[in-house]
Amino acid sequence: MDAMAVVEGFLAAAVRVATPLLLAASGEAVAQRSGVMNLGLEGVMLTGALAAALGAAAWGPWTGAGVAVVAGMLLAGVFALVAIGARADQVIAGTAITLAAVGLTGTIYRQAFGAAGAGLDLPTLSPLAVPGLSQLPVLGPAFFGQPAPTYIGLLAVPVIWWFLFRTRAGLALRATGEAAAVARASGVRTGLVRAAATVVGGGFAGLAGATLVLAQVGTFAERMTAGRGYVAIAIVVLGRWHPVGVALASLGFGAAMALQFLFQTLGLNVPYQLFLMLPYALALLALAGVVGRVRAPADLGKP
Amino acid sequence: MGAAALLAGLVVLAAGLELAGYDSGAALGALWSGAFGSWYALTSATLVRAVPLIIIGLGLALAFRGGAFNIGGEGQFYAGAIAATWIGLSVGGLPSPVAVAAVLSGAVLAGGLWVAIPVLLRVRFGVLEVISTLLLNFVAEALTSLLVQGPLQESQRIYPQSDPIAESARLPLLPGTRLHAGLLLALVGAVLLHRVFTRTLWGFRLRAVGLGPRAAEIAGRIDSRWMAALALALSGAIAGLAGGVEVAGVSYALFQNLSPGYGFTAIAVALLGRLHPFGVVVAGLLFGALEAGAGAMQREADVPAVAVYVVEAVVILAVLLAEAARRHGAATLASLASVTRRAPG
Repeated sequence: MDAMAVVEGFLAAAVRVATPLLLAASGEAVAQRSGVMNLGLEGVMLTGALAAALGAAAWGPWTGAGVAVVAGMLLAGVFALVAIGARADQVIAGTAITLAAVGLTGTIYRQAFGAAGAGLDLPTLSPLAVPGLSQLPVLGPAFFGQPAPTYIGLLAVPVIWWFLFRTRAGLALRATGEAAAVARASGVRTGLVRAAATVVGGGFAGLAGATLVLAQVGTFAERMTAGRGYVAIAIVVLGRWHPVGVALASLGFGAAMALQFLFQTLGLNVPYQLFLMLPYALALLALAGVVGRVRAPADLGKP
Repeated sequence: MGAAALLAGLVVLAAGLELAGYDSGAALGALWSGAFGSWYALTSATLVRAVPLIIIGLGLALAFRGGAFNIGGEGQFYAGAIAATWIGLSVGGLPSPVAVAAVLSGAVLAGGLWVAIPVLLRVRFGVLEVISTLLLNFVAEALTSLLVQGPLQESQRIYPQSDPIAESARLPLLPGTRLHAGLLLALVGAVLLHRVFTRTLWGFRLRAVGLGPRAAEIAGRIDSRWMAALALALSGAIAGLAGGVEVAGVSYALFQNLSPGYGFTAIAVALLGRLHPFGVVVAGLLFGALEAGAGAMQREADVPAVAVYVVEAVVILAVLLAEAARRHGAATLASLASVTRRAPG
């Protein structure tokens, strides 16, 4: 087989698999910068996935993606209400949100599509080739021949960077995450800032779920996010709460998860469960290597 | 408060089912009869389901009281189940008490080893145990799947499950039911843990660390980092025990989907039990009933069993909100405790 084609295919798969992680982790990075760790991210992503499936079945893939964003924002809003409004424990509230999402999506999915909905065939977001750039060797198909969510994720990186580090609102958000009491004293409405950051993060996670359904799998399955929301949280830490770091870490994870396809292409026979383990084991290793040398927002997780 | 939270959960379930077009009356009826409708339902469904929830919940109560967030009960449960199966397959020649003891202690050890990774990551590298224990759940599930299709697969090599463990390694049953001696173990564990919390210096220190690590360090000269790490390690070993009890008492074999999310439900159990050992027992029985009823609900009213997760989530959220309201109304002591709890790193 042509080595060039193998590398091209691997890179394209890596970026495709990385896209939902990039979207979810980018949104979560904003939330964590404001001091909120949303463990409900897994559930928000799952809810986004089902919302996208329902929306796409009724009105087409683009509307489906929009419905997913709204659904993600709504569920993250519930989390914000409990964790920020009532100052409840973020870890436990987030776990509850994920539990609720597993139950809700499972119930609604079976009601909407029947217990044996495996054959569900949805309209998907087809790849949009960027004229010219997609013809580049090696990197072209990976970065410029993908469905729209990949471009949204890649564009979000500089936008979030600009917002966090070059605007007054971004400064207020970071101040809220570092020293909420100080920010409050200087006139920042910290509760509102955190709630807004969480809800925006929920919108991103919803879109991440939609990407999974509309740009990768083409159908919905119960618990289909399979821990990607939690991996996204680890990616935020690995990316050192910086949008560029988060993007690089996402791509790294995408590459690790795409190894499965590479091995299949090369005809190597390795138990698939090893590939299932790989991203999580890798996340643990990377966390061990990186965490001691980075600093979380000082008020992360505090009510 | 717990009863009100549970009621809230059930009301939300009924309303949701009604909205989604199900017959909520029939669903709740099936839920009730599946959990309490007969002697067999009570013993063989509800109590059997309650055992792992109580055992894991006790461990989580210990962890949470010590200020460690163990969200990895599911993975530790699987680690215990794997070890129990492995040992149970090879102790056929031993007398029953010895075989059972070997199986259960192997499970405890495996749970402890599995949680040793997050403990080490926390103590040595400052990695939040919330993230590491969560991630390890997925590794454990994949490992189980790998084993039941590989080294531990049954001898026919057809089904993704292990061979049944030796008869001598199984827990005794209550005659005529599927209820096993694991219930006794869970109850004894609750009494023991209660004594540790209330009658020992170690238990007092543990609670001091959970309430305010800085205060415990300064006023009590307690190394709160190590206390939390130890609490985390013990909770993992206990969750491992639950996995061993499930294999030795219920399944007799390793399956890919041995746990219907016990490790996550146990978080709700520990919380609803207000981290009190006897509270955990009561909450475990309630949630065992919910999960047992969920099966009946799916069979008889065609409502997906996962719907009870919504009930569990509403219960957790209601308890959190009620606690917040109480904190807001009463003294600032409790909120002071949560403010001093700071993430390492």
